[in-house]
Amino acid sequence: MLFLQQLLNGLLDGVYYLLIALGLSLIFALGGVVNLAHGALFAIGAYLTLVLTPYLGFGGSFVVAPVAVGLLGVVMERFLFRRFYRSDPILSLLLTFGLAMVAEQGLRMIFGAAPLSYSIPSYLRGQVVVGDFVYSFYRTMLLVVAALCVAALWVLLQRTSFGRVVRAGVQDPDMVGALGISLRPYMAWVAGIGIGLAGLAGVLLAPIYSVHPAMGAEIITPAFVVVVIGGLGSFWGVVAAALLVGLAKGTMVGLGYSAFSTAIIYLMMLLVLLFRPRGLFGERITRFE
Amino acid sequence: MDGSNATRRGLLKGAAGAALGAGLARPAIVHAQSGPIRIGHLTPRTGFLGPLGEYAVMSMDLVVDEINAGGGMMGRKIELLKEDSVNPQTASTKAERMIERDKVACIIGEISSASCLTIAQVAQRMRTLFINTGGNSDALRSTDCKRYMFHVESQNSMYVKSVGRSFLAAGMVKGKRWYSLTADYAFGHDLLKVAKRFMESNGGSFAGDDLVPTDATDFSAYLLKIRNAKPDLVVLNLAGAQITNFLKQYAEFGLTYPCGGFGFDTALAWAAGKGNFVGTWPVVWHHLIETPGSQGFVAAFSKRYGKPPENQAWGEYVATKIFAQAVNEAKTTDSLKLVEYFEGGAKFDVLKTRPGYFRKSDHQLMHEMYAVTALPADKIRNQWDIFSSSPPVPGPNEELEAIASTPDEASCTFTT
Repeated sequence: MLFLQQLLNGLLDGVYYLLIALGLSLIFALGGVVNLAHGALFAIGAYLTLVLTPYLGFGGSFVVAPVAVGLLGVVMERFLFRRFYRSDPILSLLLTFGLAMVAEQGLRMIFGAAPLSYSIPSYLRGQVVVGDFVYSFYRTMLLVVAALCVAALWVLLQRTSFGRVVRAGVQDPDMVGALGISLRPYMAWVAGIGIGLAGLAGVLLAPIYSVHPAMGAEIITPAFVVVVIGGLGSFWGVVAAALLVGLAKGTMVGLGYSAFSTAIIYLMMLLVLLFRPRGLFGERITRFE
Repeated sequence: MDGSNATRRGLLKGAAGAALGAGLARPAIVHAQSGPIRIGHLTPRTGFLGPLGEYAVMSMDLVVDEINAGGGMMGRKIELLKEDSVNPQTASTKAERMIERDKVACIIGEISSASCLTIAQVAQRMRTLFINTGGNSDALRSTDCKRYMFHVESQNSMYVKSVGRSFLAAGMVKGKRWYSLTADYAFGHDLLKVAKRFMESNGGSFAGDDLVPTDATDFSAYLLKIRNAKPDLVVLNLAGAQITNFLKQYAEFGLTYPCGGFGFDTALAWAAGKGNFVGTWPVVWHHLIETPGSQGFVAAFSKRYGKPPENQAWGEYVATKIFAQAVNEAKTTDSLKLVEYFEGGAKFDVLKTRPGYFRKSDHQLMHEMYAVTALPADKIRNQWDIFSSSPPVPGPNEELEAIASTPDEASCTFTT
């Protein structure tokens, strides 16, 4: 029974990386920018929640903070990312690495290095009891929100004309241009949505994680591992990899090998890179191969 | 002042050979009497210990200004050099530069036990005093001890034995089952070793015992195991933000087993917040201690920074005051002389009920500790005063050494 619980919990654990990994994957697939600042934007989302809660409550922050972070993403795309789509990826890597450091230090200067306190609002506290299975109500809600985000993003990409242009742009931007469609506004939207998702993850995790300036740096590495395992640019690949990573971690803790619960995900990444470099579900992207 | 110095220097220049030969003047003293005395401060300001490092830096600025306003040391001002120690390698490089290029009289600081060791190696090699304000591991006071290193921070044994008394008094040890989570690096391993020795010698046993990778942020899998094991006590040998994460998620999962730990910093409790902070924990110092010294420090710190000091702030404050007292009383900044002064059993005001002193055998500061217990949510009046404190440990009728490691547990041999 405990082991079954661990498996289920592991799946849920993966969901935290999912929101961050999806945005990372999307921005990379369309623009070729590896956004190392994604973790810092997650942290900004968490800090915004703390700032907004006294005025809007948790519910209000839940709506406003991701939108604000998303808008910040649009601004970043318009003034920074845009200059690097056609250049050596190392340049955008340096740019976003720098941005991540500036953002983290900025948070440290404004809010101080000490972690700030924040709690789950009273109406979201408590446990869900299903037979022998007892689980945190807040985490269950978190799962629902994440699942809704994944579904909405899937509909947006697969069932709308917006999504068709984005998917075509991922495969062959030159052909999209030749057909008379400018990808520029789409890029801004994609950056806004991807970064907004990181902001949303910040809002959702602020009540259960320590809110401190380096919290973004903590989460960005496993999120990248998820993207690499799933395959850059692959929607379901990222979803599957996030769940798989959570499952592997949960299994290690469940079996009593908790000391290896982080190492296991890097081992998984290594195996994927050795035997299937494009990732589990990664499609062949013509312009990257 | 300047004029007389210049005259003296000029005189010496002319008669240097003769003076030296006659042993009338020692250049070191001439040098020492001019200009400020430099102190190097190294502590992690980024990374998972960064939040504590910030308190250390704030406190350092405060205490140096305070000492300078009071006339400095031997009538000379302190000049403070502050750097982020980052990691053990960087810490060692920066310590070397501070000693060699900047000629600091001593190095104060650190939180990471690993960085403490690399700084201590440099300090020992260059014969310069290093006062450790935050590295806990017993190894630093035994197998890795250094003659030029002194410890204001308490060793893990002192943490374990002081909070251990609270656990014993509450009947949480004999015949009880503990579930422990331990940070998977030097500090955690050292702490687990000491904690296990304490538990077993008092008749307790483990219901479970997991190592936690240092970058783990999610504890749900451990919480499920704890709920399943139904322990009598959950003990944490964690550090930094992990304690905060654990406490927030412990409350989230609605677990109510008594809880506590052997390593702790008040900033982490403040970050967990009202209602999430539970259990009984050891501290070297906290802002509610009612001695005049402590309340004066709390008032000065709060006035300057708008929030009360954390226990790490106490570390730098007391270490620097101790150094100033030593320089003033020994009338020298020579590290070896200061080491001898400390080893001579000098007493220092450490803002507690009893004065402290450095134990000669391992250079550990002997002083009182406290166990703090989280207040229930309805008794909390503000975001800072969220715990109640035990009286000082050890009690007034005991030796201060009662909670420190015994020679059987950890012994140190200094090499000169």
